[in-house]
Amino acid sequence: MAFDYGKFVQGGIGKQLATALGLPRPTRLRRHDPKGSLVPGAVYVTGHGDAKVAHRVSAWLERAGVPIATSPSTSVAALVLDMSEIETPADLETLRAAVAPTLKTIQPTGRVIVIGRPVEEATSVAQGAARRAIEGIVRSIGKEMRAGGTANTVLVADGAEDAVEAPLRFLLSGRSAYVDAQVFHVATPVAPVEDPSDWAKPLEGKVAVVTGAARGIGAAIADVLARDGATVVCVDIPAAGGPLVEVANRLGGSALQLDVTADDAGAKIVEHTVSRHGGFDIVVHNAGITRDKLLVNMDADRWDSVLQVNLLSILRMNEALVPAINDGGHIVNVASIAGIAGNRGQTNYGASKAGVIGMTSLLAADPTIVAKGITVNAVAPGFIETEMTAKVPLATREIGRLMNSISQGGLPIDVAETIGFFSWDASRGVTGNTVRVCGQMMMGA
Amino acid sequence: MTTSLRRAAVLGGNRIPFARQFGAYAEASNQDMLTAALDGLVARYHLGGEQVGEVVAGAVIKHSRDFNLTRESVLGSALSPSTPAYDIQQACGTGLEAAILVSNKIKLGQIESGIAGGVDTSSDAPIAVSEKLRKKLLKVNRAKGAKNQLLALTDLRPTDFGIASPGNTEPRTGLSMGEHMAQTAKTWGITREAQDELAVASHRNLAASYERGFQDDLVTSFKGLAKDANLRPDSSMEKLATLKPAFGKGENATMTAGNSTPLTDGASVVLLGSEEWAAAHGLSVQAWFVDAETAGVDFLHGDEGLLMAPAYAVARLLERNGLALQDFDYYEIHEAFASTVLATLKAWEDEDFCKNRLGRTEALGSIDRTKLNVNGSSLAAGHPFAATGGRIVASLAKQLHEKGPGSRGLISICAAGGLGVVAILEGA
Ligand SMILES: NC(=O)c1ccc[n+]([C@@H]2O[C@H](COP(=O)([O-])OP(=O)(O)OC[C@H]3O[C@@H](n4cnc5c(N)ncnc54)[C@H](O)[C@@H]3O)[C@@H](O)[C@H]2O)c1
Repeated sequence: MAFDYGKFVQGGIGKQLATALGLPRPTRLRRHDPKGSLVPGAVYVTGHGDAKVAHRVSAWLERAGVPIATSPSTSVAALVLDMSEIETPADLETLRAAVAPTLKTIQPTGRVIVIGRPVEEATSVAQGAARRAIEGIVRSIGKEMRAGGTANTVLVADGAEDAVEAPLRFLLSGRSAYVDAQVFHVATPVAPVEDPSDWAKPLEGKVAVVTGAARGIGAAIADVLARDGATVVCVDIPAAGGPLVEVANRLGGSALQLDVTADDAGAKIVEHTVSRHGGFDIVVHNAGITRDKLLVNMDADRWDSVLQVNLLSILRMNEALVPAINDGGHIVNVASIAGIAGNRGQTNYGASKAGVIGMTSLLAADPTIVAKGITVNAVAPGFIETEMTAKVPLATREIGRLMNSISQGGLPIDVAETIGFFSWDASRGVTGNTVRVCGQMMMGA
Repeated sequence: MTTSLRRAAVLGGNRIPFARQFGAYAEASNQDMLTAALDGLVARYHLGGEQVGEVVAGAVIKHSRDFNLTRESVLGSALSPSTPAYDIQQACGTGLEAAILVSNKIKLGQIESGIAGGVDTSSDAPIAVSEKLRKKLLKVNRAKGAKNQLLALTDLRPTDFGIASPGNTEPRTGLSMGEHMAQTAKTWGITREAQDELAVASHRNLAASYERGFQDDLVTSFKGLAKDANLRPDSSMEKLATLKPAFGKGENATMTAGNSTPLTDGASVVLLGSEEWAAAHGLSVQAWFVDAETAGVDFLHGDEGLLMAPAYAVARLLERNGLALQDFDYYEIHEAFASTVLATLKAWEDEDFCKNRLGRTEALGSIDRTKLNVNGSSLAAGHPFAATGGRIVASLAKQLHEKGPGSRGLISICAAGGLGVVAILEGA
């Protein structure tokens, strides 16, 4: 059996050793429980100035039955801090004064969520500086938080306040367990923001296509989308047919065997979903491969196959998928930290995943996409415990696990939950985002 | 009650890749394989939890515990447990016969949908004790009290302990199927070269079908096997020429392991339904199951070859449907042996055979060989007896659908016991 540091330090000699040596002991993260409450305690809501966004948030939390606190205490599980009205860096004192005492008492797996405004929309240089400063503060808070706590920023464009609830709901919940130090950009929704009739099934009635669904992160994505109510079309190569069938049948979806690099892959997905399920609302481009080699030894074959599967296939499939996807739908791409930070031996992979991030922001702004009210976002997973990473040598694997603020690797479900959030109709204000699911990994941060 | 017949549609199919004996499925039972084939079908056509009209399947070689094999497989599958099922067995004709039965019930309006299939394992085959030992053991079981049981046990002799494992020998002749076929091949003067050519074509056609993605929605990988283990894409006349004959004697020994099907494990299923059911499930009709016929030949007392029955069945089927042998776009003639296909074709071309045996006024004639087994057949894929029918029906239906409405396909399958099962499909 492979050595697992996280388990080793949880008890017995491992625990003593870790405590004596001051080694990190990962906390068991709070993950989404469909039967549980949104937050395990009260949410302390405060802000700068009139804090108009905070008032909206309070009203919403009240409606959602979440207890609200007006000061830090041990019953507080999350802090929502509205800094949208700051004018100069001097105003940041509000943030210090609110967060400092909160950090002392906040519950394990706590959440610090700071609401700001986009830097580009600043009306003065000083305001721009102050707005940008928030990101620096929140990233540092992420590194200071203990016991599985996270800190994230939500930047709301002027007039997009209606769309702020979805990212807040996501960040407060266990769905965002491994999302740390990220910036969520909320803009005017591409289509009307719609709450589901039941938040236990936010994707009820939707049809989702997930590529690379036979195993790993793709199988977890299929599971989460199905748990949240979607009918899932599970796509993978014919050679993975056996496991693909297991995934599809356990969640009552359908299986479609194809190679995403085939010329007619997009057309086949459209044909399958339209005939079997009457169309589709969500596409998750997850299929991906690695063919590592130092660039000096990289042959054209390795180079090409990675770019084909991870990037070119998505561009090609989208030519068929974009016209066919239902209006108001959602496209989510799976990028990688390697596409942000780069990785030794992964020039091909890094290229493909950086390309995915570029494609995501451009496609989100594409007039056809906007006209159809489609959101396009990406997740960039950090170190996720899968068959792929289980093959990484022990030392490298342990470094991968520990080189982040939460001192553990993420689980496939963490990536899946973020994709699920992007797929909500309530998330229509969130498009063109690339969110890292990395526990604030130090790489490329 | 008068019932007007409606059409039965072939909607799709699924099979697991066929493995060689003691290969990837050495540890898999018939039930495991049939369940996997069903589950693949369920996932492909989104039938999870669905109650299908009926599932009909069977295996040629079966353990006695598998008396309800198909029903047990349904219960283990993702189909609704309220889906009824039954087993049939007609040697290598099992799979096709199952499809005939399902399509007939659909045509009669007794069911809206059904799944036909078959499975066989040559690896997990049942082992029977010798007949003598079996009788004596039953006697021990009948004896009352420990003393009498012990007494009955003393009746056992060391020579009783034999194991009878089922082979594909004909019960009434004691000859293997290959030996039977060698006789027929000799009668019809089938050359080694012609057989090898057919084998090479089978491998090339099957390999090409995988290559062009044709099998992507017909096959689902199982136990790590993604393609038929027997498939040799690089098969050639030169390679086949090096093989030693396996059946027959002297210069008539033309049949080798290369132009005969190996023992294989696998399972296949086909989804059939009424037009309305298909539409309600968003499934496109691949082909119509038009008509079918079976025949038996007297290979014991008469002088007909064991595997020649399809020649008779096809003649009757064509007659009934007012069709000529040449009226087809594709021919699927099961390659039990390359010589089976070639002998059948020769018989149809033979005026004497067609007049005297089939009772026709003239020969059925020859077929365009480029239309024969265009996606490969049993020589390349392998032949898990009861699974072959499902493989052929699903693949031919898809091929006909690609060709377009009105295209026609003929299926011909020979079976042990001098049986033949044949059918006509029409593209939709
Ligand atoms: N595991 C991690 O830590 C990690 C980190 C960052 C990004 N990612 C990305 O997440 C995605 C999933 O990764 P994973 O760890 O689950 O990998 P995985 O190898 O376990 O699963 C990938 C799946 O994609 C399928 N696939 C590959 N090529 C395909 C093709 N041409 N057509 C159809 N399907 C194809 C595979 O058969 C497999 O089922 C990938 O895009 C990967 O780059 C993973």
